[in-house]
Amino acid sequence: MAHDDAGAPSSGTPAPGTPAPGAGQPGTSAPGTPAADSPEPVLEVRDLVKHFPLTRGVLVKKQVGAVQAVDGVSFDLHRGETLGIVGESGCGKSTVAKLLVGLEHPTAGQIRYRGEDISTLSGRALKAVRRNIQMVFQDPYTSLNPRMTVGDIIGEPYEIHPEAAPKGERRRRVQELLEVVGLDPEYVNRYPHQFSGGQRQRIGIARGLALRPEIIVADEPVSALDVSVQSQVVNLLERLQDEFGLSYVFIAHDLSVVRHICDRVAVMYLGRLAELGTDEQIYEHPTHPYTQALLSAVPVPDPDARTHRDRILLAGDVPSPANPPSGCRFRTRCWKAQDRCAEISPPLEVPAEFRRTPGPVRHPSACHFAEERTVVPNG
Amino acid sequence: MTHQEAAPEPTGTAAAVAEPPLLDVRDLRVEFRTRDGVAKAVNGVSYHVARGQTLAVLGESGSGKSVTAQAVMGILDSPPGFLTGGEIVFQGRDLLTLRREERRRIRGAKMAMIFQDALSSLNPVLSVGAQLGEMFQVHEGVSRKEARARAVELMERVKIPAARERVGDYPHQFSGGMRQRIMIAMALALGPDLIIADEPTTALDVTVQAQVMDLLAELQRELTMGLILITHDLGVVADVADTIAVMYAGRIVETAPVHQLYKAPAHPYTRGLLDSIPRLDQKGRQLYAIKGMPPNLTAVPPGCPFHPRCPLVRDVCRTDPPPLYEVGPGRTSACHFWKETLDGAR
Ligand SMILES: Nc1ncnc2c1ncn2[C@@H]1O[C@H](COP(=O)(O)OP(=O)(O)OP(=O)(O)O)[C@@H](O)[C@H]1O
Ligand SMILES: Nc1ncnc2c1ncn2[C@@H]1O[C@H](COP(=O)(O)OP(=O)(O)O)[C@@H](O)[C@H]1O
Ligand code: SF4
Ligand code: SF4
Ligand SMILES: [Mg+2]
Ligand SMILES: [Mg+2]
Repeated sequence: MAHDDAGAPSSGTPAPGTPAPGAGQPGTSAPGTPAADSPEPVLEVRDLVKHFPLTRGVLVKKQVGAVQAVDGVSFDLHRGETLGIVGESGCGKSTVAKLLVGLEHPTAGQIRYRGEDISTLSGRALKAVRRNIQMVFQDPYTSLNPRMTVGDIIGEPYEIHPEAAPKGERRRRVQELLEVVGLDPEYVNRYPHQFSGGQRQRIGIARGLALRPEIIVADEPVSALDVSVQSQVVNLLERLQDEFGLSYVFIAHDLSVVRHICDRVAVMYLGRLAELGTDEQIYEHPTHPYTQALLSAVPVPDPDARTHRDRILLAGDVPSPANPPSGCRFRTRCWKAQDRCAEISPPLEVPAEFRRTPGPVRHPSACHFAEERTVVPNG
Repeated sequence: MTHQEAAPEPTGTAAAVAEPPLLDVRDLRVEFRTRDGVAKAVNGVSYHVARGQTLAVLGESGSGKSVTAQAVMGILDSPPGFLTGGEIVFQGRDLLTLRREERRRIRGAKMAMIFQDALSSLNPVLSVGAQLGEMFQVHEGVSRKEARARAVELMERVKIPAARERVGDYPHQFSGGMRQRIMIAMALALGPDLIIADEPTTALDVTVQAQVMDLLAELQRELTMGLILITHDLGVVADVADTIAVMYAGRIVETAPVHQLYKAPAHPYTRGLLDSIPRLDQKGRQLYAIKGMPPNLTAVPPGCPFHPRCPLVRDVCRTDPPPLYEVGPGRTSACHFWKETLDGAR
């Protein structure tokens, strides 16, 4: 599967690294790797690609193209940290999530769990790894089977991994899990429709915890919830992380929630990462035009901010991932685009001009003309 | 039972004093009669909006925002919904006293609505040009050719690129943001005085939401229409509203000019909402969480409907429903302890 643009990372090579001075072995660090004292990564994602073939014809299917849902994504997830992935609808967030938990198989690239590439594992070895990486889904209204009781839903992972809990113990475990997520253990025999959205999301979280995973991939876990209930679930996720030492990949389109819960943030656009950094680097010192536009579009709940905000209004819509622009994928909406942007895909690395700059501007940003622009008024 | 009458006239803005409101909803009541019982979805709602003004109706899902709007528009699903009381005074006339035919004429021509889900509100088998043009043919009796030209004009007005080429395209050929612009175009077609936009950007991405909200605000200013913006997003409200009405369990619990509401809310529910939202500009520690859940509308708690979740609850709240107190110019709060709340009690 050839990339049509020159700078696209080819699979197998190490990710473009942050030359963090004096830290990390060369070739193994991911962009945005934090300081040397942070714990070792539990998950290393390298040049991850997922293309969905586009076919035509009913009897004889002919491939006429591909939806490039994910096209060269690299990042690390460290123990106990929360990595946020933000981006607009269709940019590939859920596809990344599904790849991480094995619901989709990558077209290319690696996902290393504790150093081992899980995309090459199979059978029992794969199953053992999968136990440690669990998913919480986007929509509490549709992700739970309406005909299963809450007890069956939360205990379902034990059917797939019977070794995780002896049969006689499962009911007690499920009740414990209900309690952990703040629901009445007596609810085991109820059905999903008897619960509110927030309660259903708690049920989904309880199921995600059933196998005591190390990593939880949460795909828009609070997006469908009302504010008053959303904050309850966010607080719950934070409490569980402390209690069980979990690492989270937290996917959302709400940048305020992501700022609140995440240690580091990856900004995704049309199948690739545009920028990667700590919450301070991304929110207070963004250098990629897309990040800046995205942040500036978020309505701030403060009427006084109306007058003194730096608003960047993007023209047009996100192009189709079946036919993405050459070079930089953001160039069709970018106000800074030059000829070079159409020719060379900017790699995700610390831009040359910031390599010697100490402080938060020094973080990976996939832009030929990266420059700092503060768009979020300081609160 | 007449405490809603206490709702004061706005005295805050000169314009509102000079002319009567464009729309004045008074003590509106709607119930749904279902198998599970009677749900009082709208339980004594009063709000008003003047020309050139934006009123935001803020509330969590199920609080009655859409049902109120449907009652105003005259498109309530009935049965199971029944309008059981109140007045809807629009340009000086109570709409509830009008004949069906008259009501229909007002709808579209004088007041129009924009829905959250543009795709399901547009006809999938008719080109957008035909749908826009039809409005002019039906209401103004213009020719097909003229109608098409007007459709192009409207599409240009809502900034659809290459409108002339795209006028024959079908709804599914447009992106979500463009479909919402087409909905706005339909609403504007007959030059209404009032637009009700029900979560117009909830389904859109933030960058597209910003485009659509900007367009809506610009058109509203240009055409000095009244705009009722229904939303659950405290950010969107802060960006565009002049006044806010906060709904909870079928009631308006607080009304205030936008700056005042964010600075000092007069109802514990509003305060709770403001404290619960994560902020883009702050890292913040633990979020404040309003305990419990919104009530089931077939069994709303007695007294103050918010009392099981309220941090300031006292005995009186469990028995006596709070009237709508006038707490300042153009400000009301349905809380016995509005003064304490205004002073910062949590
Ligand atoms: N099974 C599939 N077959 C074909 N295309 C797919 C498939 N799954 C996803 N896609 C496409 O891949 C792209 C990325 O989809 P994905 O669901 O990952 O987006 P997302 O970022 O999660 O969006 P949202 O915010 O709307 O949830 C989209 O264009 C989508 O239509
Ligand atoms: N057609 C209907 N039949 C029965 N109940 C309804 C109907 N439409 C709305 N309701 C109920 O009325 C209440 C208010 O709904 P709505 O106005 O849509 O809330 P929102 O504030 O989210 O717009 C909810 O409890 C809802 O379930
Ligand atoms: S590389 Fe060019 S098109 Fe891409 S974000 Fe930077 S300036 Fe814009
Ligand atoms: S009336 Fe009582 S319960 Fe209701 S909001 Fe005020 S203090 Fe809280
Ligand atoms: Mg998704
Ligand atoms: Mg609604």
